[in-house]
Amino acid sequence: MSPLPWGAMARLAGRRALFAVPVVLVVTFGVFAIAAASPFDPVKAYAGTAALGADQETLDRLRDNLGVDQSFVVRWWHWLTDALTGDLGHSGVMRQPVAQVIGERLVWSALLCAVAFAVAVAVGTLLGVLAARRPGSMLDRAVTSLAYCLEAAPVFWIALLAVWLFALQWDVLPAGGLTDTASERVTAGQVASHIVLPAGVLAVSQLPWFTLYVRQGVGDALAEDPVRGARARGIGEGTVLLGHALRSGLLPVLTLIGSRVPELITGALLVESVFSWPGIAAATVEAATAVDFPLLAALTTLATAAVLVGNLLADLLYGLFDPRVKLSEM
Amino acid sequence: MAETAAEKAERPGTAWRSYGAKHRSTRTLRLRTSAALVALTVLAVLVVPPLVQLDQQAVDLAAKLRPPSPEHPFGTDDVGRDLLLRCVYGLRVSLLVGVAAALTATVVGTAVGAAAGALGGWVDRAVMRVVDAFSSVPHLLLGIFIVAMFRPGVWPVVVSVALTHWLSTARIVRAEVLSLRSRPFIDAAVSGGASRWRVAVRHLLPGVLPQAALAAVLMVPHAMWHESALSFLGLGLPTHMASLGNLIQSARGSLLAGQWWPTLFPGLFIIVPTLAVAGLAGAWRERINPRRRSELML
Repeated sequence: MSPLPWGAMARLAGRRALFAVPVVLVVTFGVFAIAAASPFDPVKAYAGTAALGADQETLDRLRDNLGVDQSFVVRWWHWLTDALTGDLGHSGVMRQPVAQVIGERLVWSALLCAVAFAVAVAVGTLLGVLAARRPGSMLDRAVTSLAYCLEAAPVFWIALLAVWLFALQWDVLPAGGLTDTASERVTAGQVASHIVLPAGVLAVSQLPWFTLYVRQGVGDALAEDPVRGARARGIGEGTVLLGHALRSGLLPVLTLIGSRVPELITGALLVESVFSWPGIAAATVEAATAVDFPLLAALTTLATAAVLVGNLLADLLYGLFDPRVKLSEM
Repeated sequence: MAETAAEKAERPGTAWRSYGAKHRSTRTLRLRTSAALVALTVLAVLVVPPLVQLDQQAVDLAAKLRPPSPEHPFGTDDVGRDLLLRCVYGLRVSLLVGVAAALTATVVGTAVGAAAGALGGWVDRAVMRVVDAFSSVPHLLLGIFIVAMFRPGVWPVVVSVALTHWLSTARIVRAEVLSLRSRPFIDAAVSGGASRWRVAVRHLLPGVLPQAALAAVLMVPHAMWHESALSFLGLGLPTHMASLGNLIQSARGSLLAGQWWPTLFPGLFIIVPTLAVAGLAGAWRERINPRRRSELML
């Protein structure tokens, strides 16, 4: 393979970053507009139960301090300029600065998603190739039906049944958390045994999509001329399948990986909250339950940024692996 | 030496293109099963509650957490309510919310998409940029945000699902309007002196409605899923309006005590309608475009 076209990749990334700025502006503006239209009262949220006993004067002072009477456009602009300096506000429910909450939890979410995605890609490729090898066979039908059923099943439901089976019936894996409750330190072994179930369930939720696309891609490639030519030259079935069909069939799938970020985030939201995984997605649910606006706004923005990065990744992979596409023209 | 068609079909790889009568029959079977399941779902939701004079809230503490039996086919929950009845009522709530949300999303999406496509120019560009921007936020996250801000309830859930799902409809409708705009009959209407409004309502809208309707039907299972997820997270419908998501959420305690049935059955009630609608939509697409077989339809 020729050396990577770093220059073209960097230029593409730069162009996409320029396009990302208006997207983030629109999304954050929308978030503030929705909050302004809602009955949500920042003063009560800030003061919590103390607001019940507080006199009007204190509440008014607080109202003034928080700048509630300003229009949401002004508040949005303040929030944005503060965010650029790294100050995302204070999370009431976590009793920490928002930036710190994200910093502490991001690594666990990233670990969970990475493991789950790697498993989904590996297993999905295997199942997809097996199914595509003989279209219409029992194996193909079994894999396809299973994939459709899993795609239709809510991931939190799968997660609960997995807890029941593996943690309660067979008692082989812990039901949730990052470590055992008795353990005081986070050790690699503890995390490894606790990640199996959440990552497995998240992988299962991503698996159907991947399997079906690989099956489709490899199946189509098997019917094309290069494969027919390879067979005519007497090349072994394994080489034809893995060397020819899989290589060209996997291409469209690999480039779509980046665009799976929204589904991965959605899955992580549900899986993390079932398994009490101390990640960023579980924090979102806690923030939503407690109506913690600063944390919610930051997390929504972060998720949007993650999706944009995923799209960029998809474009880069597309340009790198498909020789028909030029990075400079994207 | 000439090869017979049968031999050709035997060879791996080429068989992909030569689906025979056997596969047509499985396709028909799939279509019929899907149609039957959709009909069954609608019947269960519409007919069972008025016909069966049973109280889904009837508590029977003596019969709590009974496993599935002939008397209670799905077993009973932690206060002895019959789970089959609870599931049917839950499906009713989930389906109603799903249909309401899908309808709202389709109306909003069609209006925005048709306006963008018909007006064109900077309006089109601006609207589609906003649609693109909001498509970058994961749906469930945006839904959670909206519900959190407006406090959980029926309308916030419907609005939150609708507000996150109209984007795709807007794109479909806009594309359809753009392709219709260049057709001769639109030119004829314009040169005949029809106003912009009349062209949009009388000539463009009827053309996009089939696509919008298909999108709406496909959206219902999605909306159901979305509602269940919100309810499961405790951010959805109030608990007295037990939807399928609420049922799964309230079964968590029993699950940790080892009872699987209160969790299993509500989930199946989400899966079956989803698969049935996907099967119908798949059959429909195969009819319209037979070359695009075995595509993802969920």
